[in-house]
Amino acid sequence: MSLKISRKYVPLTATFVVFVVLFGIASLRYEGFASAAVVVELFSENAFLGICALGMTLVILSGGIDLSVGSVVGFTSTFVATMIMEYAWHPINAWAVALVLGTVFGAGMGCLIHFYKLPAFLVTLGGLFFARGMAYAVNRESLGINHDLYNGLASANIPLGGGLSLSLTASLFIAFFVLTFYIGRYTKFGRNVYAIGGDEDSALLMGLPVGRTKIGVYAFSGFCSAAAGIVMTLYTWSGNPLNGVALELDAIAVVVVGGTLLTGGVGFVAGTLLGVLIYGTIQQAIYFDGNLSSSLTSVAIGVLLLIFILLQKAIVSKGEEA
Amino acid sequence: MPDPLLSMRGISKAFPGVQALSEANLTLYRGEVHALMGENGAGKSTLIKTLTGVHQRDAGEVLFEGKPIKPAAPLEAEGLGISTVFQEVNLIPHLSVAENISLGRQRSRFGFMQWKEIRERAERALKRFDVEIDVTQEVCSYSVAIQQMVAIARAVDIDAKLLVLDEPTSSLDENEVEELFAVMRKLCAQGMGIVFITHFLDQVYSITDRITVLRNGQSIGEYETAKLPRIELISHMLGKPVDQLADTGSDGLSRSEAASQGEAWLEAKDLSKEGVMSSFDFEIRKGEAAGLAGLLGSGRTETAKLLFGILKSDTGETSMAGNSVGNPKSPRQAIARKIGFCSEDRKREGIIPNLSVRENIVLALQARKGFINTISRQEQNRIADKFIKRLRIKTPSRETPIRTLSGGNQQKALLARWLATDPDLIILDEPTRGIDIGARDEIEELIRELQKEGMAVLLISSELEEIERLCERVWVLRDRQFVGELSDEEISEKAIMSLIAHSDEMEGSDEAES
Ligand SMILES: Nc1ncnc2c1ncn2[C@@H]1O[C@H](COP(=O)(O)OP(=O)(O)OP(=O)(O)O)[C@@H](O)[C@H]1O
Ligand SMILES: [Mg+2]
Repeated sequence: MSLKISRKYVPLTATFVVFVVLFGIASLRYEGFASAAVVVELFSENAFLGICALGMTLVILSGGIDLSVGSVVGFTSTFVATMIMEYAWHPINAWAVALVLGTVFGAGMGCLIHFYKLPAFLVTLGGLFFARGMAYAVNRESLGINHDLYNGLASANIPLGGGLSLSLTASLFIAFFVLTFYIGRYTKFGRNVYAIGGDEDSALLMGLPVGRTKIGVYAFSGFCSAAAGIVMTLYTWSGNPLNGVALELDAIAVVVVGGTLLTGGVGFVAGTLLGVLIYGTIQQAIYFDGNLSSSLTSVAIGVLLLIFILLQKAIVSKGEEA
Repeated sequence: MPDPLLSMRGISKAFPGVQALSEANLTLYRGEVHALMGENGAGKSTLIKTLTGVHQRDAGEVLFEGKPIKPAAPLEAEGLGISTVFQEVNLIPHLSVAENISLGRQRSRFGFMQWKEIRERAERALKRFDVEIDVTQEVCSYSVAIQQMVAIARAVDIDAKLLVLDEPTSSLDENEVEELFAVMRKLCAQGMGIVFITHFLDQVYSITDRITVLRNGQSIGEYETAKLPRIELISHMLGKPVDQLADTGSDGLSRSEAASQGEAWLEAKDLSKEGVMSSFDFEIRKGEAAGLAGLLGSGRTETAKLLFGILKSDTGETSMAGNSVGNPKSPRQAIARKIGFCSEDRKREGIIPNLSVRENIVLALQARKGFINTISRQEQNRIADKFIKRLRIKTPSRETPIRTLSGGNQQKALLARWLATDPDLIILDEPTRGIDIGARDEIEELIRELQKEGMAVLLISSELEEIERLCERVWVLRDRQFVGELSDEEISEKAIMSLIAHSDEMEGSDEAES
């Protein structure tokens, strides 16, 4: 059998097939859906979710979870907007500080998880409340951003030819994807993440830097969330402490639909990209239809999620039998 | 005497409820293989773990190359030049063999990890041990023995000054042990020092230069291997004078006399699974002890898994006491038929680490009774205590989490779990792996007793001696096929060996002729 794919790639392949099928169906049903513009749109519309999900992918691969991402997005967007508009910071300074804050916040949670052996679920749940609270502390209201740089960046698109262009937010998403893909596949840090998620005790005995890696993973997720918050300000031209509520749940869903095992150690960064595209396709299809309620996105994602969990379960138990 | 490479002095380490080490010593010179011997739970692994930074010692000092060291983690120990293979195979199950060998030491070019180089390096590292496998496959798709070889290859793949091997040979067959010894000799010649822990006395006498004996966490003494008779070594380990040891060791006992009679209790015809096992017939009578012999990868464990329903047979049929019952579909069903299976992979298929010794022992019994029909606590205690005493499981109490027990004692508890179900047929896959000689006799004794009560035993063992001693019938496997059957008087190590080797010789002579 030449078509036989290694067990490892089954979830990724399944995700890919789902994406192709969904996109195919939508293209048949809705005129104009099968266009490059829609594909580009998928990247732009879901950039902030995608960037969070990339950070989340490494966290889940390491056997952990990060519930704080939505709140960090909310905090970052408010922080950036407030600093620019009320304290007259230059946006670049605001972004830099926001990225540092996000990273340090993630690293801090990582330290709690590693040094005090606390469950990631609880620590990051605490992080969720803390960051959301901080967002309100910075500013209670939504705040529009009006700055030359923002005006300039709105038209800073990368032309793709044929009248198409890639927006800044979409390019940032792609850049983060390339970065995360590189980390996951080509760096020691990334491979150690897989090892720790696969078997933490063994990883320690194999002489791998377990603590450093774990903390690094949460720091990276914090960095991604802060970046996603900045992307959100670029997308909406505003900052709102309410931004990104429950975004962490979408991010987790997208990662799992992308074929990453929630127990850690198994999965691919590329799967997450596909997961985001699936999510985006469903949303776009509903938008194209016009008659469908947008709550259908949630329903569809929920169903997909359950299907994928069952699929993974089947693969895992099949693997144990072989 | 030159300066020692490693000198551990007065090492103490206590865990809740146990003094695992009290003032233990170990001295090792460059270029020697040093055996660390002792009963299960004597503190061997703990001594290694304090050396390599897994545990922190309570007292004592460690000099490595003359300098005091106190590594905080294995990572640090490795940096100092101490490479270790820990007792339980420690690899990442879902990563490839190649990656498992390289993890943490991969080289990058222009910031990119070189996957091709990682594969080649793994192939080279395994080649030293004559292991040729597809290194891109997940490590968990291979047998425990291959995993053990991979772990050893990983440890040897760096320039270490000290190599620590904690029972690396427990599931290797003779050829593989020889390969390992050849590599160890070469490393010693280059000036490396090796600490070698094993329960196989033959191996101790064939490879080590000196021996340190531990008992109850204390150093009993340091001896030159060539000058220490076996019986004295055993006496030091067990703490009994030589003249009380008449019965210990491999030859004190003989095959069960309780001859099995009557018709087959379990009969399987033409079982097979594509790509796993070729078709075979199997039968066993009440009270019979049968064995499966063969090299690693010959299909011994697979046969057991087919009989127990972990693997599902493509063909054939099974009958019990003459009635056709259909092939076993799941372990659950096999357990309901009163079959027990004590797996060789205790880490992944065996113990539940955080449950207590008692809970681990009564687990299979409880599973068979169903979860509504619970076993009273009193009864559980009685069963647990019985086996703890009978198998000499060394544990502070029956409520201790099993993960804190020494490797050999976990193995005993696992065996107790299946014996406690009072099965009609028990399949034992390498049951005495990692168990000390004293306890080994105890286990064999217990098996014989249960046999007399009508239990059938299917023994899988790499130690032909053990098969010869216990079994009335032996099937020999090669290349996932049954190639021969021996019974009663025909069973001897030699006869088994020649059956295992048979076809190779034929092929060899064919080639020679042509
Ligand atoms: N992490 C731990 N927590 C509590 N007790 C422990 C722990 N590790 C070991 N022990 C105890 O320390 C004692 C020595 O165990 P150790 O593993 O060193 O024995 P060993 O000599 O290696 O035996 P074996 O031959 O069975 O491997 C045992 O009584 C064990 O129960
Ligand atoms: Mg041990």
